[in-house]
Amino acid sequence: MFGRLTDPTAGVLFALQNEPIVLFTVLILLGVTALVLAVLTFFGLWKTFWCNWITTVDHKRIGIMYVILALIMLIRGFADAIMMRVHQAMALGSEHAGYLSPDHYNQIFTAHGTIMIFFMATPFLFGFFNYVIPLQLGARDVAFPFLNNLGFWITCAGALLINISLGLGNFARVGWLAYPPLSELTGSPDTGVDYYLWSLQLSGIATTMGAINFIATIIKMRAPGMSMMKMPIFCWTALVTNILILAIYPVLAATFLLLASDRYLGMHFFTNDGSGNPMVYVNYIWMFGHPEVYVLILPAFGILSEVIPTFSSKRLFGYTSMVWATIVILILSFLVWVHHFFTMGGGVTVNTFFSVATMIIAVPTGVKIFNWLFTMYKGRIRFDLPMLWCLGMMFTFVGGGLAGVMLSLPAADWQFHNSLFLVAHFHHTIIGGVVFGYLAGFVYWFPKAFGLKLNRVLGLISFFGWFFGFYLSFFPLYILGLMGASRRLQYYMEPSWQPLFIVAMIGAFVIAIGILCMALQVLIVIWYGVKYKGNLPVQKNDPWGDTRTLEWSISSPPPAYNFANIPQVKTRDAYWNMKEEGYVRQTKNFTKIHMPSNTSAGFWTGMLSLVVGFGLVWHIWWLVIISFISAILVIILYSFFGDNSGYYLSAEYVQKTEDHFSACLESEGIRL
Amino acid sequence: MLWVGWKKKIFNIFAIVGLSFLLSACKILVLQPEGLVAKAQRTLIITSFVLMLCIVIPVMIAIVVFAIKYHVSNKDREYLPEWSESYSIECFTWGVPILIITVLAILSGYFTYRYEPSKSLPILRADEKSLQIDAIALEWKWLFIYPEYGIATINEIYAPTGQQVFMQLTAESVMNAFWVPQLGTVIYAMPQMNAKLHLFSEKNGSFIGMPAHYSGEGFSGMGFKWYSVSRDAFENWVARVRQSSLKLDRSTYVALTRKSKRNSVLYFSGINKDLYYRVVNRCVLAGSKCNEDLMRLAAGKSLWGRICSVFDDGVNSE
Repeated sequence: MFGRLTDPTAGVLFALQNEPIVLFTVLILLGVTALVLAVLTFFGLWKTFWCNWITTVDHKRIGIMYVILALIMLIRGFADAIMMRVHQAMALGSEHAGYLSPDHYNQIFTAHGTIMIFFMATPFLFGFFNYVIPLQLGARDVAFPFLNNLGFWITCAGALLINISLGLGNFARVGWLAYPPLSELTGSPDTGVDYYLWSLQLSGIATTMGAINFIATIIKMRAPGMSMMKMPIFCWTALVTNILILAIYPVLAATFLLLASDRYLGMHFFTNDGSGNPMVYVNYIWMFGHPEVYVLILPAFGILSEVIPTFSSKRLFGYTSMVWATIVILILSFLVWVHHFFTMGGGVTVNTFFSVATMIIAVPTGVKIFNWLFTMYKGRIRFDLPMLWCLGMMFTFVGGGLAGVMLSLPAADWQFHNSLFLVAHFHHTIIGGVVFGYLAGFVYWFPKAFGLKLNRVLGLISFFGWFFGFYLSFFPLYILGLMGASRRLQYYMEPSWQPLFIVAMIGAFVIAIGILCMALQVLIVIWYGVKYKGNLPVQKNDPWGDTRTLEWSISSPPPAYNFANIPQVKTRDAYWNMKEEGYVRQTKNFTKIHMPSNTSAGFWTGMLSLVVGFGLVWHIWWLVIISFISAILVIILYSFFGDNSGYYLSAEYVQKTEDHFSACLESEGIRL
Repeated sequence: MLWVGWKKKIFNIFAIVGLSFLLSACKILVLQPEGLVAKAQRTLIITSFVLMLCIVIPVMIAIVVFAIKYHVSNKDREYLPEWSESYSIECFTWGVPILIITVLAILSGYFTYRYEPSKSLPILRADEKSLQIDAIALEWKWLFIYPEYGIATINEIYAPTGQQVFMQLTAESVMNAFWVPQLGTVIYAMPQMNAKLHLFSEKNGSFIGMPAHYSGEGFSGMGFKWYSVSRDAFENWVARVRQSSLKLDRSTYVALTRKSKRNSVLYFSGINKDLYYRVVNRCVLAGSKCNEDLMRLAAGKSLWGRICSVFDDGVNSE
């Protein structure tokens, strides 16, 4: 009846009973959840929460929810990271030297990788896409608002499923890409890999939906006059990213389905017996995995291309070069996956081809760095927080690129492969590139979303914590790799490695200071929100000064309908151009605006897909069947019988909202 | 009082960390190779590092210099808000990376070709004989078979200095990778596959060997030792192994495939000649059919297989 939940060998509560750390974490999580629910009930916020957030189809609110999800998962993933660093600093000599058992340690590094890529970085970038793209395009929403809401709740279901594995059963111990045969039934018979498969499958489905949505939005919903080559660079990188997602996530879904059919249906795609071949999986997963890193980094490149011109008060240098560099990366990213296993013995031709293809990718990436550099050249640079993150990103990322080119030489890679040198390299590019870039975007667009900037002093501490913490924690890993340390070691026998592991641990704590200050920054804003009871006052449109794109031409936070009148675009950097031409904002004679109606269908489908995932993990077949059919039914019912005709915001409402904004501008003495 | 104790402890920790830094400075194995392959790899690593520094360091300096020089507080600096295109600069930004990448690509091709792990090393004469070792990654230990000597070991390799070692690698179940940092080149040990690797040690010594691909719970305990010794010492060691009472036949092998952590060194004085072949082809258990035969059977049944059979080398066909 309850599948593996009632199976004594499945170890349903094993971790809770045997690992005090897990018990403690689960209790805290339950406590926090209870507290949040209590607060919602006490202040009677359920209705607001349901109407304004859970059922919303407004791209801005969905974007904010994505970012909140990403930040929560960042903390979860970072907790895993710091546990690993503390463990490895102690783990000299035997399995029992550190404080984590091999079983627990192996779950932690798998969870860290999986969560950071699929539930931190991916939601973060969808948060940006959601919030920024329609505003930059001069659109009122995305192309498919319901799909957007649905995608968010399915992502959320995946994130919940992966976190349920903390308490019930266990998580996979297979590394973030789950190579078979370790991830087959022979290697991992219990629930871990199933949690991994189904939570990522859910996240993958949601991500694919998002990609379809944003491609359609960017192709079809640009403001009149905004031709492709007049689009902001962030939209360009977003377009290319979403094309990449659309190309690779189906590969991931298919690969995981094959692995799942090995595990559930007794098939032999990747098993050792029955003519299966594990190496096929390795190829499939990296055909997904390598373009995925460009999915993560391209939006970061886009963010830098927005932030640097703003804070240099200057046009972006080499717009056309930037666009072509992005497109070249799109094409080349499909031709490099084999560089993840030069050590497979592919032979001279294969290795050389993929080596050269990999190196060529460094060219467009280098071009981007140069273009930002020449954007700063003869500009007027201001060191606001977003610009600091960008400078930190540029400075750090070139170093990561250096290590990357070294790794792309097969003969050198044969010494670096799967050593801590590799770990240091990809953290160099992911923290130094992706995280710094995303945080630049976070700080940059934050005042657009909430009307006020994040605290500068805390922001400085946060930046320097991350910056120096990164160097302190990952440079020792480069050296350790050269000293012969492989990755994922639960303990090691070389006493000379320990000091470096200790330094790395100290670095992780310095990063922790950075994260703590970020949390404080956000808490201050939450306090501000509480003061105004959630109705944030309208603030001026352009808090940074010298901004260039359309999102800065409307109030912060923007009204529900974004643009009272869809702007006419004449050149690149549309808002900058409007300012130069002495554009006068319309203050009268607004018309009514059509808006999509809210729906709870996305939420219910998401929750039902969580139940499907849970049922699949624990082999509760009746639950799987019922919840799967219901999930499909909800969508069918919504599509055919739901109220999706939308509604109109009256001209008076628009007038009132715009008057508020006019009053704000007047009090600030701004003419617009 | 307590604080004084702590202060001392903290001081001690820093002293140890500092001291071990100095000590560890002489243990960067990849940069202190003792083998032919690893030496070439060090050359390549350093060359590519320096080549890349030629572009990375100026960029890093430029980032800092531009940020300071064009800071808004320097009002007298030239300010060109509309300047965004320059044909010559763009030629430079595309050209310089392409130039460096071209040099690196040539380097990469050369080294990839010259040190291809499956080929005999380039400096050796054709008539020089190499020592063959067949390695099998088990859960969680390494089994090394010396087919020419009829011996086998767990977690220990002895090889004569100055003789090329030809390795074949496979895995019983979960894949792993074989890495001796001071000799060079990691190669995967994959189930159902037979990967080939050539190594050459130029100096006597004991080198640490690492498992370089995560393989499950006992992975960390899969470290092994490679002893590079003189020919005499090697012969002595072979004699010592031959004294072992253990024989490696198919049933002993099946017992070895059981999971065990942190195995100590073990010697086998006799081996089953075709054991390695059977592990690669997954037919160790009595009565099981070998993969190679199964494949030939399957190929014989399909048109595609028959068409492709023109490429068979004819060695293995009936």
